[in-house]
Amino acid sequence: MNLIHIPIYFLVFTIVVCMIRAVIGPSNADRLIAMNVIGTKIIVLISLISIVFDKQYYEDVVIVYALISYLATVIISRYVDEKKEGVQ
Amino acid sequence: MIFKVLYAVFMFGGMFFFGVGTLGLIRMPDTFSRAHSAAKCDTLGAALCMMGLVLMDGLSFKDTKFLLVIAFIWLTNPTATHLIARSIYKNTSKGVNE
Repeated sequence: MNLIHIPIYFLVFTIVVCMIRAVIGPSNADRLIAMNVIGTKIIVLISLISIVFDKQYYEDVVIVYALISYLATVIISRYVDEKKEGVQ
Repeated sequence: MIFKVLYAVFMFGGMFFFGVGTLGLIRMPDTFSRAHSAAKCDTLGAALCMMGLVLMDGLSFKDTKFLLVIAFIWLTNPTATHLIARSIYKNTSKGVNE
């Protein structure tokens, strides 16, 4: 086992644990927090995989995934906010 | 050799913060506490892992994108956590969420 394979297994394990919180979360904000953390972990995971497979263009995928993850988090938090206000 | 040691140290630090953030996310009793520990997981864990990948095989030009990703994560993830916590606060102060 190489030195770079251990963080990949650990990250996959913590992503599964975050998915448990995303499923059983009592409110929508818990699910949103869990999805934000999973997005950050997937950014690190794609970076590790770009080193393992020795593909340079996966780093561009990392940049685009970071942009889209941030945008999704902002928009879904706005949606959760305004939806609860509409209920009130 | 020194870069391998630096990679191992930085990656162990990042994995420590990822593990602690995930433990807080699954075990904390409150939504604000979960947002707090998830913010640790976002900023410091990801930045330490990326810095370990930068220092893995010496410094070269192709590591510039990883530094760009670190700068972007440090700009955007506290903003996202602040927006989530703001929406939680606005909902709980009106008595909807509890």
